[in-house]
Amino acid sequence: MDPDPDIFRVSRGDVRRQSSGHAASQRACGAGVDRCGFSLVRAGDVESVRAPGSGTIEGRDLNPILQDVGLAIHPPLLYLGYVGFSVCFSFAVAALIEGKIDAAWARWVRPWTLAAWVFLTGGIAMGSYWAYYELGWGGFWFWDPVENASFMPWLAGTALLHSAIVMEKRSALKIWTLLLAILTFSLSLLGTFLVRSGVLTSVHAFATDPSRGIFILCILTLFIGGSLALFALRAGTLASGGMFQPISREGALVLNNLFLTTATATVLIGTLYPLALEAISGDKISVGAPFFNLTFGALMVPLLAVVPFGPLLAWKRGDVYGAAQRLMTAFAAALLAVLATLIFIDGASVFAALGIGLGFWLVFGALVDLAAKSGVGNAPGRVAFRRFLGLPRSMFGTALAHLGVGLSVLGIVGVVSFETEKILAMQPGETVDISGYSLRFDGIHPFKGPNFTEDRGRFELLDKNGNASSQIISSKRFYPARRMPTTEAGIKTMGFSQLYISLGDQTPDGIVVRLWWKPMVTLIWLGALVMMAGGTVSLTDRRLRVGAPSRRARQGADKTRPATI
Amino acid sequence: MNRRFVTALASLLCALMLGHGAYAVQPDEVLGDPALEHRARLLSEELRCMVCQNQSIDESDAELARDLRVLVRERLVAGDSDSQVLDYIVSRYGEFVLLKPRLNLRNALLWGAPVILLLCGGAIMIGAARKKRGSEVGALTAEEKHRLDAILRKDA
Repeated sequence: MDPDPDIFRVSRGDVRRQSSGHAASQRACGAGVDRCGFSLVRAGDVESVRAPGSGTIEGRDLNPILQDVGLAIHPPLLYLGYVGFSVCFSFAVAALIEGKIDAAWARWVRPWTLAAWVFLTGGIAMGSYWAYYELGWGGFWFWDPVENASFMPWLAGTALLHSAIVMEKRSALKIWTLLLAILTFSLSLLGTFLVRSGVLTSVHAFATDPSRGIFILCILTLFIGGSLALFALRAGTLASGGMFQPISREGALVLNNLFLTTATATVLIGTLYPLALEAISGDKISVGAPFFNLTFGALMVPLLAVVPFGPLLAWKRGDVYGAAQRLMTAFAAALLAVLATLIFIDGASVFAALGIGLGFWLVFGALVDLAAKSGVGNAPGRVAFRRFLGLPRSMFGTALAHLGVGLSVLGIVGVVSFETEKILAMQPGETVDISGYSLRFDGIHPFKGPNFTEDRGRFELLDKNGNASSQIISSKRFYPARRMPTTEAGIKTMGFSQLYISLGDQTPDGIVVRLWWKPMVTLIWLGALVMMAGGTVSLTDRRLRVGAPSRRARQGADKTRPATI
Repeated sequence: MNRRFVTALASLLCALMLGHGAYAVQPDEVLGDPALEHRARLLSEELRCMVCQNQSIDESDAELARDLRVLVRERLVAGDSDSQVLDYIVSRYGEFVLLKPRLNLRNALLWGAPVILLLCGGAIMIGAARKKRGSEVGALTAEEKHRLDAILRKDA
């Protein structure tokens, strides 16, 4: 749990370097959050590592489903995300105290928002993949309260990332951006409270302690209440910025914010509604995956459909027909994908086909954006290529991130619509066919690991001639220290798709085997990786790398080079 | 205290059931008719396993989940429509069993929130845009024009 203090130290140092003028208040805020973050991290410290009582010879061991390398990566990434957003939060509070906010503020905040967002994206994706392979039923997202707790700051953070661009480039949306910075961190705190206090039941409830809940609730009230009160008090004094037409880059980013914040609110209300209702009326209801899939999906589809337009619109006053013309290639590709899905895949529904089309629309939309900006089609190839290489890295970042979203959409639609499943009892030597693949079950072999025993089921993937081409091992483990069984799924990746095998119980007819063919499933997490790459590339943009008075500029050597915007 | 006890008991039960648990849908539960089985699976995804923590009966290993899965299939085989099956289960187990709450007055805020927020947000957006356009710089007053002319003449 020690990396966090270092991060805060860097943040304070950076604030000091970047804005000597406002250093005092910003540093104070940073430090305040620092202490808070510290205590929170301590508070969030896990029960699983609590020291055993004296006289205990052997501890209870870590919960077996957490004994996985994925779980060594996932929580620290999430923490880095939350911590990064706390820096944005302190910048926002500082701006409110100073009563001054401008484009420079947005530029200081940008790297923090971007880095936090990259880490949070990675943390969520890693957690999703871990749940997918470790929990043994092959789902990648369960709309569990704990998942929602990390997803809400991500959605709000994504909105913040976009609104801060408007503020940096056009000094509009200032007050809104401040509010988003406050809300994003508040949602991180709220998540910590929900997860660690035990007010919500969740499959992730590994370390709940109601007494800690009260403490987190106090911090929560202090920070969220305090910052929102400050916001209410001071936001009116901040000057609002530039003007723009509804059809413009700003307009598109406002639309993005509208949908993302509504989606955040929907997830928040869905997560808390059962609690509130029970407290008020005593009635118990459940809000689960079917509710979220419907409402969140309905909000995301229109947003994703207009994503490719955004980067192609000009600031201030955009030309939607011009953008549409440039996007014709992407539209044609998407249409082709829809038709191909309907024609070539048996039993594909129109919705599934449109979903695949949406994914392609996003992917090609991102590529068209880069092509249009380098002038492909208008300039000779060599010139366009040179321009392409010279594009600011933030443009590559945007395109990559949007392309990543498209890949994730393809993965989600693919696995949700075209997944096939078989549940059967198998005897050794039996074969089963699934989606054109033949698998032979070779029987169960016992194995002893360092702190577990397991029954390994061996499956041979057969080629056309019936020869074994490769092996998949799926096992059922038992951890004696906790007297707890786990399922280790057998997964074989082929292209972007996966065969997923998990073992059930021994029955008189043989052992229960659940088999899935999960088409394009890896694209879900690959898309997240591409989004992270986009964020990272954007982080290395020149305007974020080059400090205000660099040595070269002071010597006058750099005057001829215009700053990249 | 009471609630905590119940939660602890529920997780203990779940853990115990995991121990010698059936694993979600079992081969012997599967219906012969694929169309009926498909409907049963879709319905199972909307029903909560009430002794577990946020799992549907489709993915849960608990005994109760198995009983509910079997019950859903029995009703389907008996010729119930999807909504009749859900009504039947709700009449026995209460609305807590539904993972997608019904659209009624009690849940109006839950279902209405996304729509209301989107509409309000949209209205505010348009309102702000209008206001801004209203305050857009108008024609110069006579005095301003005079001053501007003076400045331009001086520059020239």
